[in-house]
Amino acid sequence: MNLRILKVLLAKEVRLMRRNPFIPRLIVALPFMAMLILPLVANFDVRNVGVTVVDNDCTELSRRIAANMDAAGFLSVKECVFTYDEALQTVENGESDAILVIPPGYSADLLKGRNPQLSLDANGVDAIKGMLGSRYAAISATQTVSRWLSEQGLPLAVPHVNILNYYNPTLDFRNYMIPALMVVLIIIICGFLPTLNLVSEKETGTIEAMNVTPVGKFTFVLSKLIPYWVVGILVVTLGMLIGWLVYGLVPAGNVGCIYLAAVLFSLVMSGLGVTIANKSSTILQSIFVMFAFIMIFQLMGGLFTPIPSMPHWAQYMTYAVPPRFFIEIMRAVYLKGAGISDLWPQYLALSGFALFLCLVAALTYKKRA
Amino acid sequence: MERYIYEKAIDVQSVSKQYGKIQALEDVSFSVAEGSMFGLIGPDGAGKSTLYRILTTIVAPDGGRATVAGLDIVKDYRKIRAEIGYMPDRFSLYPDLTVNENLHFFASLFGVSVKDNYDLIAPFFDQLVKFPNRRAGALSGGMKQKLALGCALIHRPKILLLDEPTTGVDAVSRSEFWDMLAVLKDKGMTILVSTSYMDEAKRCDRIALINGGRILDMDTPERLVAGMGDNLYNASARDMYPLLLALRDMHEVQDCYTFGATLHVVAGADFNPEEISVRLNRMGFDDVEIYPAKGDIEDLFIKLAGNG
Repeated sequence: MNLRILKVLLAKEVRLMRRNPFIPRLIVALPFMAMLILPLVANFDVRNVGVTVVDNDCTELSRRIAANMDAAGFLSVKECVFTYDEALQTVENGESDAILVIPPGYSADLLKGRNPQLSLDANGVDAIKGMLGSRYAAISATQTVSRWLSEQGLPLAVPHVNILNYYNPTLDFRNYMIPALMVVLIIIICGFLPTLNLVSEKETGTIEAMNVTPVGKFTFVLSKLIPYWVVGILVVTLGMLIGWLVYGLVPAGNVGCIYLAAVLFSLVMSGLGVTIANKSSTILQSIFVMFAFIMIFQLMGGLFTPIPSMPHWAQYMTYAVPPRFFIEIMRAVYLKGAGISDLWPQYLALSGFALFLCLVAALTYKKRA
Repeated sequence: MERYIYEKAIDVQSVSKQYGKIQALEDVSFSVAEGSMFGLIGPDGAGKSTLYRILTTIVAPDGGRATVAGLDIVKDYRKIRAEIGYMPDRFSLYPDLTVNENLHFFASLFGVSVKDNYDLIAPFFDQLVKFPNRRAGALSGGMKQKLALGCALIHRPKILLLDEPTTGVDAVSRSEFWDMLAVLKDKGMTILVSTSYMDEAKRCDRIALINGGRILDMDTPERLVAGMGDNLYNASARDMYPLLLALRDMHEVQDCYTFGATLHVVAGADFNPEEISVRLNRMGFDDVEIYPAKGDIEDLFIKLAGNG
């Protein structure tokens, strides 16, 4: 490798990058898009669950249950009706998502020390909304009933449970997404861009002229990767700044751990990108192959679906998906304040992938056919 | 011995190359004397570009040996790259870099300065100097060729390898380009140039006619044309196509093909132009004219390619 030639090539890359009408804007716009819009959109928080109350009791308690439910943050009572069929109609119309049935004589039974049942039916088409919505409604009803019972001086029929969520006390989905979104940024900047750059040299034929100069193959590929590594690190920094300034989320652990993982993951992505570029002869080809990988990385890496809730066979497959380890590191460092000593298996896996993919990239790059 | 090898700036000995089932080059041998201009003449797909890729060490041959500037193309491929200037068959500069940036980029890759070597490219580069900040992609075809030649020459190579440099360039620029090559040759540069335009062949010192991966014939253009014999005639009439068919039917005619505005007739034994004219007159070609023609490289090529 020749440092003088590398410097000449890098100067050219930077000049071309700055002159490109698209790349510099992408580098700035992408983190802003990803960090400002996606955490608000891509979240599984369930809000505005509509509930229809079938009130066959018609007492102060049944009215209080409905009123408290309407006042709860994520719930709103759409209608109070007297028959189940009317209530079902509102679910079928899509006006509400759940039905709460208060049986006749409910508060009287409670006062007599019996154990009457409320029933709660939810629309399961949107599984997450159905599940969480009915849970919220149940919590609200239980709270109202137990408060009412204590006001009447009766023993609590329902044991009271205190829930405390560790690491993400408010169960805010954003705190879960923001660290992982930075992974997506590196996937795109360090995976996609060098691939497109290398293949475009093939398409314009400039690689032919380059191949007959004394430029070594390693130097040439390195000149393509270094700028994007720098950009990748800048984008992560920008992402962390936005996370802090806009969402007030700062890593609980050491920022150095995040940068180390980001550097390792940049190596993984650029190794994969160069391998794909070596095997494609047109930009279109490389885009399609890269896209297939990115799809799998996003869906299998634990970005949206938590890995423990995947089927067992799929969980084993995720060990072959490099972003899985980076996402784990990011979330652990950000939310739990973990360090390298806790996360060494993940760091080791990322290093292994980086070494392997860079080796494959070097072996598939042929200057001489 | 060393000196003897070096007198052959390029020496190719029975080089072969196969791509899958396609035999791109078959037993090709030739050599180029130092300071001369050698032309590879042949149609598209003849194997010219493959030969260039082998000589520029991008591709290794399947069989045979070759040296460039006395260096083996397989063993010394790194050293060769500093000795040659190569212009691929398609434009291969960075279209988003300016004229000046491209030139300085290629100079600094070789670790030389543009100023030191500018004298070599000055004769043809003066036109480009007028717009140093124009992007290479925005230049006209002829200008692009000049810039590409400048970038290939800026490290003062000993041997210049040009693969179809004039393809897709207008006739005036083509002629200018060959004038530039003549100037470079006068300065002692060895040039290997390929073209599919037969009329450019006579500007080379020696040419090789290449087709289907094989060299058909090789000599100076004059001697190749002279060796063709005097059995070539022009034929013309109002209805050219029926005339072509009629002549091809005659047993005294070896071959007949269109050549510009007339037909070229390759005469066989006992071909008598007067007698043929009379016969054609009787067949209805009342305005037929047949007269001796001076053959050129294209006629020779058709003859050789037809025999192969």
